[in-house]
Amino acid sequence: MADHTVRSYDEDLNQLKMMVAQMGGLAEEQLAHAIDAIGKRDTKLADLVISADDKIDALEHQVEEKAILTIAKRQPMAQDLRQIMVTIRIAADLERIGDLAKNTAKRTHAISEQLPRKLVSGLTRMGNLAQEQLKNVLDAYAQNDAAKAMLVWRSDEDIDALYNSIFRELLTYMMEDPRMIGPCTHLLFGTKNMERIGDHTTNIAENIYFLVHGRAIAEERPKKDSTSITNFNPKVKD
Amino acid sequence: MDASAKKVKSILGPRILNQREVKIVAKDVNVHYGEKHAIKHLSIDIPDRAVSAFIGPSGCGKSTFLRSINRMNDTIPGCRVSGDILVDGKDIYDRSLDVVQLRAKVGMVFQKPNPFPKSIFENVAYGPRIHGIAKSKTDLEEIVVNSLKKASLFEEVKDRLNHPGTGLSGGQQQRLCIARAIAVNPEIILMDEPCSALDPIASARIEELIDEIRQNYCIIIVTHSMQQAARVSQLTAFFHLGDLVEFGDTDDMFTTPRDKRTQDYITGRFG
Repeated sequence: MADHTVRSYDEDLNQLKMMVAQMGGLAEEQLAHAIDAIGKRDTKLADLVISADDKIDALEHQVEEKAILTIAKRQPMAQDLRQIMVTIRIAADLERIGDLAKNTAKRTHAISEQLPRKLVSGLTRMGNLAQEQLKNVLDAYAQNDAAKAMLVWRSDEDIDALYNSIFRELLTYMMEDPRMIGPCTHLLFGTKNMERIGDHTTNIAENIYFLVHGRAIAEERPKKDSTSITNFNPKVKD
Repeated sequence: MDASAKKVKSILGPRILNQREVKIVAKDVNVHYGEKHAIKHLSIDIPDRAVSAFIGPSGCGKSTFLRSINRMNDTIPGCRVSGDILVDGKDIYDRSLDVVQLRAKVGMVFQKPNPFPKSIFENVAYGPRIHGIAKSKTDLEEIVVNSLKKASLFEEVKDRLNHPGTGLSGGQQQRLCIARAIAVNPEIILMDEPCSALDPIASARIEELIDEIRQNYCIIIVTHSMQQAARVSQLTAFFHLGDLVEFGDTDDMFTTPRDKRTQDYITGRFG
């Protein structure tokens, strides 16, 4: 894309993009730490995640302000306008990802250190998948690469599928031993957080597609999360 | 019609053309000013009862084409027009055609408001009188009042219709010129940057006026303000170096233009 005749317009747009990239970097870091913290029951690291969330929130406000100012000053058209709208939306998704990472980290405190490791491994696996999705979608954004964004969009199914199996696994533990209900509920919420981070990366992927092509993805979003319709009444013996 | 067929249509031309009658048809129009080839092989269908905006950098041919629709170019020495321009299916460059009648049918509003050095009343009454449109004095008065009302000027000038038109503010003068154009019952109104000499409030009133009258006329507006084109028109044509680059629904042109040149122009990236 050629430069604008008014150079400061390019600077405005670049700055917005940089701010979102910075938010993306922070969200990645927060997510990595949150997964680490809960996996290793590291409450110190968890606290670090909790306190660092403000940074992402502050950046989102800055992105919003800058975007509004740019619209007011430049009256953007076509892909410039999309660029700004998409910046605002992606910033909102990244902010939510930060919140979900923080919420996951918080649960570190509630899970006892005696909890068997393998129970947490499901959440860690989910987290790693979400991390990969986030990394790929941020790369796609940095490179304006709609094809790469579509790959992220399609692989959200994998996260959903893994979530379903972990959901069942945790349910089984809870049914076997009622003492497990507390920690397993926390793990379930943590896992659900990762699933939702996957959804936010899918949102971001959709926005990148819109930015590049000027229209929304025509296909239906892939959905494999069936937990909300799963019936898990234990069989009652006569 | 299935979805794929609809899609094809919208790619080929403005969707709005499917819903409106075509008023002006240009086929392979070329305009030369001496050696300069100002319009190159232009073909376009312009719908009735809608506003079409012509945009493009200076010297792109948009005003030249606008002026060839009511044969204003005839007066420019060295100007040659070839190809066909049809209004309601009739060739306006036909030798037997009365240019005065054509210009009554195809009204024009210019960049700078140019009222006659006469009273407000006479400015509007002049056209109907020379064209013999008014049957009586009361008839003429009615035409003047109605035209001023249509141009949203009547309330501001009703107490001073005998005052000179040149004593009005710029925005009022421009609305007076629109009233003058409307008075002879035109079917097409050409506007060549009608707001470029006006302040934002006066421009907004003209835009509001265009919006009010567009149901009844075929309006073409040449404008340098992209925002104005986006606001007032339903169709937008982008001209560049004498070529019609893209003609489409305004909503598409300013959000997802198809041609790279259009995109560069509307986003302010022109080299």
